[in-house]
Amino acid sequence: MMFASKEGRYFLQGNIAVGEAAIMSGARFFAGYPITPSSEIAEHASVSLPDVGGTYIQMEDEIGSIAAVIGASMTGVKAYTATSGPGISLMGENIGLACMVEAPCVIITVQRAGPSTGLATKPAQGDFLQIRHGTHGDHMIIALSPASVQECFDLTIQAFNFSERFRCPVFLVLDGIIGKMYETVEIPKRDKIEIVNRKKATGQPEKFQPYKTDEDLVPPFAPFGSSFIARANGSGHGIDGYPSADANNHEQLVYRLINKIERYKEEISLFKKFNTSDADILMISYGCSVRPAMAAMKKAREEGIKVGVLQLQTLWPFPIDIIKSFISKVRLVLIPELSLGQLKSEIIKYSKDIPVIGINKLGGISIQPEDILNVLYKEIAK
Amino acid sequence: MKYNGKKYIKKELLPFFWCPGCGNGIIFAAMTRAMEENNLKKKDIVAVTGIGCWGKADDYLTTHAFHGTHGRAIPVATGVKLANPLLNVFALVGDGDGATIGGNHLIHAARRNIDIIVVMSNNLNYGMTGGQYSGTTPYSSITSTSRTGHVEDGFDVSSLVKSAGAGYVAKTTIANPRMIQKFISKAIKKKYGFRFIEIISICPTHYGKYNKMNNAVGMIKDIKQRTINIKKAEQLSPKELENKIIVGEYNDQNIEGYIQRYRKKINK
Ligand SMILES: Cc1ncc(C[n+]2csc(CCOP(=O)(O)OP(=O)(O)O)c2C)c(N)n1
Ligand code: SF4
Repeated sequence: MMFASKEGRYFLQGNIAVGEAAIMSGARFFAGYPITPSSEIAEHASVSLPDVGGTYIQMEDEIGSIAAVIGASMTGVKAYTATSGPGISLMGENIGLACMVEAPCVIITVQRAGPSTGLATKPAQGDFLQIRHGTHGDHMIIALSPASVQECFDLTIQAFNFSERFRCPVFLVLDGIIGKMYETVEIPKRDKIEIVNRKKATGQPEKFQPYKTDEDLVPPFAPFGSSFIARANGSGHGIDGYPSADANNHEQLVYRLINKIERYKEEISLFKKFNTSDADILMISYGCSVRPAMAAMKKAREEGIKVGVLQLQTLWPFPIDIIKSFISKVRLVLIPELSLGQLKSEIIKYSKDIPVIGINKLGGISIQPEDILNVLYKEIAK
Repeated sequence: MKYNGKKYIKKELLPFFWCPGCGNGIIFAAMTRAMEENNLKKKDIVAVTGIGCWGKADDYLTTHAFHGTHGRAIPVATGVKLANPLLNVFALVGDGDGATIGGNHLIHAARRNIDIIVVMSNNLNYGMTGGQYSGTTPYSSITSTSRTGHVEDGFDVSSLVKSAGAGYVAKTTIANPRMIQKFISKAIKKKYGFRFIEIISICPTHYGKYNKMNNAVGMIKDIKQRTINIKKAEQLSPKELENKIIVGEYNDQNIEGYIQRYRKKINK
């Protein structure tokens, strides 16, 4: 472990802050395959996990990495992996497996410019839709995205907590800027941080049903090795974990896997708002595009243009109600993002007649405040 | 002493979904007997499967089980074992699952000497999906996707796993259930390292039918005729070994397992 045992202020890289928070969350297993711009997270895990009795393994590819993470999770250990878009592509099938067997785990993606190998060392925000829809079949995903190194720390803790509470994979979505950037981070006292652990199975072991849920639609967990015999099943299964190809059962199962998250959407939807109360123009952004949005807002406000910023920390489940309530109060929405409008494509589903303009950039270069202001001025002049 | 493996078998779910004459039942019975022979507690066993006919073996077990995705049983088992080294972790894989789509995981798990037991049912084709060729289908064999004869050579999986570095590698056939039990039992006793047991099996429904081998009895007879012990095989020429199934222990060394090594290194 590097710092997380001690509270204090540290000057850390975003990727390292993620690693520190993972250890502090109680994570004790990492399996991964190195890829820029995420590799520091793997390196950090390889150094830090042994100090806390955990295990690091570098697998032969990302398919094996996520598989090992899921296997480790089913023994009751908090597990995580880190990669970038190409690795998420390879993990695709087993992300659905994690949803289906209900394996808590955290998957970190540090986004880089695609498609394919793209610009391997340059940032982007092109994984937004992939993390939601990358695996086949109907399902729901939780994804959180930090816009500062402090948020890298805080949202990593939150990601583990959500994954444990809802027994599902949770994405933590960085990008080449946020992951590689250094900033000061305040690490709180260990006992000031809320750490959630998955619900444990109770009662008579012989009567245990691995997928029998409580009121909250989440099944209590029994680790492999306990006297509560556990079955993890990626195929259609009944509450006993044995296979079922029954149509009704499948329908109930898939709905439950979605609803156990959807039902708590309000609690899951994290966001920050800046100058939104009097704003008639709203910028909606996340990750590395938040800062240029903030800078553009400052400049516009100096000129008397009432601009506000809505920063999404939760990307999925998509915070529809929040988006709707903020959008309904403004006359124009701007969406700066380092892709050709993936976030925008989601927002326009709920914007009705309010104009939504994307500010998009390729080439692996951050959006500049001027890029935003130019569009803003043009739109106001219309 | 006679073993029946009963306590590991989910009798409510019998009969097996496998076709009459399928080799999987023989492997399953021998495997559960080996578990019993070693007095393994159900709670200390995790059976990890991928997808395939043999990959449904976990459906009939009363132990902990993980039924995952095609080809990925070995990396899932790797995660289970590393996170809880006290468990007896079995990966039950077919030749498609374990040596074709999951071939890369297999050789790397063997190289690392990860402390799991892999039981491979090698029926020379993809049974579950209708008998297409796999990475072990022999040259010239007929399958549903090689109707004029297979172009490629098949892997000799046990030799591959041995050269990748596994400490224990044994191969036998469904014609010799006692030997299956013996090898799996020995693998359990060894406790450490990557232990690989390959069982040449039969798929009368597809491979048998396409290759006009009539029924299961005929196929087992054919296996028996072609089987030769590895000790004997050492004295024969490649020509004489053509078409032979070489059974026995391909490697039996006490190499440190991954977990022992990892602990030593991190405690430096
Ligand atoms: C990613 C993926 N590709 C293909 C399949 C279809 N599939 C299911 S089982 C199987 C082959 C099984 O063959 P083998 O592993 O040899 O087992 P057997 O059925 O012969 O016991 C295939 C191709 C799948 N389930 N997943
Ligand atoms: S298809 Fe072949 S491998 Fe599958 S159960 Fe039938 S005989 Fe066995």
